Amino acid sequence: MIEIDRLSLAIHDTPILRDVSLQIQEGEIFGLVGESGSGKSMTALALMQLLPHGAEAEGSARLDGTDLLTKTEAEMCALRGNDLGMIFQEPMTALNPVQTIGDQVSETLMIHGAGTKPEAQAIARDRLNRVGLSHIGMESYPHELSGGQRQRVCIAAAIALHPRLLIADEPTTALDVTTQAQILDLLKGLVAEENMSLLLITHDLAVVADMADRIAVMQTGEIVEQGASQTVLREQRHPYTQALFEASSHQPDREDHAEKEPLLQVQNVIRTYPGRREGLFQRGDPVRAVDGVSFELHSGESLGLVGESGCGKSTLTRAILGLDPIQGGEIKAFGQPVGPDMPNALRSGIQVVFQDPYGSFNPRWRVEHLVAEPFHLMPTPPMGDERRDRVAEALKAVQLSPDDMQKFPHEFSGGQRQRIAIARALITHPDIIVLDEAVSALDVSVRARILDLLADLQTRMKLSYLFISHDLTVVHAITDRVLVMQAGKIVETGDTETVFTAPQHPYTQTLLAAAPKLEVA
Amino acid sequence: MLRYVLSRFLSLTLSLIAASLVIFLVIEVIPGDPAAFMLGLNATPETVAALRAELGLDGGLVERYLAWVGGMVTGDFGTSYTYRVPVSELILDRLWVSLPLAIYALTLSTLLAFPIGLIAAATRGTVTDYGIMGGTQLGIAVPNFWFAMLLVLIFAVNLRWFSAGGFPGWEEPGAAIKALTLPAIALALPQASILARVMRSAVLDTLAQDYIRTARAKGLSRRQAVLRHALKNALIPVLTIIGLQFSFLLAGAIIIENVFFLPGLGRLIFQGITQRDLIVVESVTMLLVFAVILVTFLVDIAYAAVDPRLRRR
Repeated sequence: MIEIDRLSLAIHDTPILRDVSLQIQEGEIFGLVGESGSGKSMTALALMQLLPHGAEAEGSARLDGTDLLTKTEAEMCALRGNDLGMIFQEPMTALNPVQTIGDQVSETLMIHGAGTKPEAQAIARDRLNRVGLSHIGMESYPHELSGGQRQRVCIAAAIALHPRLLIADEPTTALDVTTQAQILDLLKGLVAEENMSLLLITHDLAVVADMADRIAVMQTGEIVEQGASQTVLREQRHPYTQALFEASSHQPDREDHAEKEPLLQVQNVIRTYPGRREGLFQRGDPVRAVDGVSFELHSGESLGLVGESGCGKSTLTRAILGLDPIQGGEIKAFGQPVGPDMPNALRSGIQVVFQDPYGSFNPRWRVEHLVAEPFHLMPTPPMGDERRDRVAEALKAVQLSPDDMQKFPHEFSGGQRQRIAIARALITHPDIIVLDEAVSALDVSVRARILDLLADLQTRMKLSYLFISHDLTVVHAITDRVLVMQAGKIVETGDTETVFTAPQHPYTQTLLAAAPKLEVA
Repeated sequence: MLRYVLSRFLSLTLSLIAASLVIFLVIEVIPGDPAAFMLGLNATPETVAALRAELGLDGGLVERYLAWVGGMVTGDFGTSYTYRVPVSELILDRLWVSLPLAIYALTLSTLLAFPIGLIAAATRGTVTDYGIMGGTQLGIAVPNFWFAMLLVLIFAVNLRWFSAGGFPGWEEPGAAIKALTLPAIALALPQASILARVMRSAVLDTLAQDYIRTARAKGLSRRQAVLRHALKNALIPVLTIIGLQFSFLLAGAIIIENVFFLPGLGRLIFQGITQRDLIVVESVTMLLVFAVILVTFLVDIAYAAVDPRLRRR
């Protein structure tokens, strides 16, 4: 049905795609896998003819024999949403915030003249029910929905007219494991039911492994291997496929360094938020985001904290970093109480790496300035050459060059930026590093290298990690002990191996069942 | 929504009280006694004291503040020291010039800025865009009084389409609107330039959003995506600027009023200051503050009408 033949693409003369050829059959799920920048999304956008400004495509991309590349913009507008549907990675921003979801789904129908407004609304309601949102009103606005629900709205809008092909560009990358499993299930069901084809784009082989009929692996704008899923996964003829396969379940070399001495003690911590306003002077009951959490982090240990978004992990993290006051219990680091008014010297002992390698740097600062920033926490911060030497040392520790000091954040890739964030965390020689979803925004292959780096740093510098993530594979790979958090409470705790092989709590079992697994039949 | 409106209204009231206090105290600490100023250098202390009593300048601070605020609430703004007529009459007269002028100018500026900003955003990076950006830059840079004089030269002196100044009153609405046209254009031009630039960047910001890409994937053309999705989202920053501009136009037209000999609020406050007619200054300032706060209130309500995320607060 879809036939891409020797598609090449350049944007402002920079080559992006080279001789990409692939076919998607009717009713088939086709997985397109590769790391970011490999050209997967551009291939999809070329099909949709939604390429960025200055892009020039060669070759052909045919839908039922007619070349999409030669179609006029008006002809493409008639095809998009009608024969070709597409959903994107970020469900949080993919919907218009000032329009109801009912209007946004029925818009697809209205634009293509599929009926009057009441008819379109009725079909939209039906499609929303189909994607599992029967309990959500048509008049709801996007901000009233969760990320998973928003992605369902996007899917409903994309399939409103029963397209022949649905393109899903990293549809679950921004979602929790359990939500991811549900969305993938939904997509699979839709393909079977509607006789639609699905082009599923992802950086994670594990996501497509048990879904796709066929897989193409893409590297730097070229397809290096393609074929039936099981064949590709079993044979792994191309080294890059092997690398991706390895990265997806990467296990860094590390040993247990944990000592008995507790560095961080969290006892019965309660963190509440004021309830919603119910009147001018009234509020509802306060919300308990963290409800009686206790644990210890030992010297040299790597402790995982797992849970879905909204379970209270981030709130707990902020309390541990002493950014927010707590309403009950006690947090102590190195024997001293932690809180908003803790001394700077204590702060310099606990450093943090956040999720977003793009948002967590001031774009107008040079790397030297960025990495040296935590120095102000120290009583006598190093100056001049000494300061520069310390920054150079930290950059070398994260395998960047000391020459990178004079560069700005935008000159680095996502993985390199996360290395800079780690260098910034290391600069004060802390004992504890809190890694808050620190590798969640990264591709599997980049993630594998950062995990190796973290394991190596831990051994060399005797660091203790508190590793917070919704991604079980990652927690499995890097932690000694794990805490499972649900609705503000720790529901299970134990050795990582034990918890992963024999989960006791039903919630842990659900989480583990939802995680995509890379298995070769 | 109702809760949001109520909370905005509460904040409006509190702002008004705070503003009235500040204005009253500032006028209090300004040196110079209006009574002495009015009577000249040769007045005896007794006559000055008598005039002070007549003007209501004696009595305690709190007493006078309450009398002033109480008067304003009931529409009694006091009596002008120099003109010896009720301040409310003075203000009302001038308001009939200034308010229509401000609305006229703002309407012109909005009508110009919306299409210009949209066209610039839609043609980003092309000659059209550069031309519009250059033109608006010039519109901001050129002082409006210079532009006003240019308008007078062309349309009043050479072409004789309009009169060069003055205001005939509202007995003849056609003539009144005609008299306000050149001043309104002079006022609107820089405002339209600013607004068009804000509009352009707001639309460009929203065009870069993911939901525009979603809309395009649903089959909307570029134009449809802009009109259906970008415009309403871009309105929020634009509304803010429109609110600020209205407040500015109401009182900031003083130079233009002078160029066109218009009896507006700006000239009234200027005369009040030079003649130490403090009661006029106080009242006009309070009125302008009220206008600004009211406009802010209306803009806040407009935000909520545009953005559903605000309605729940």
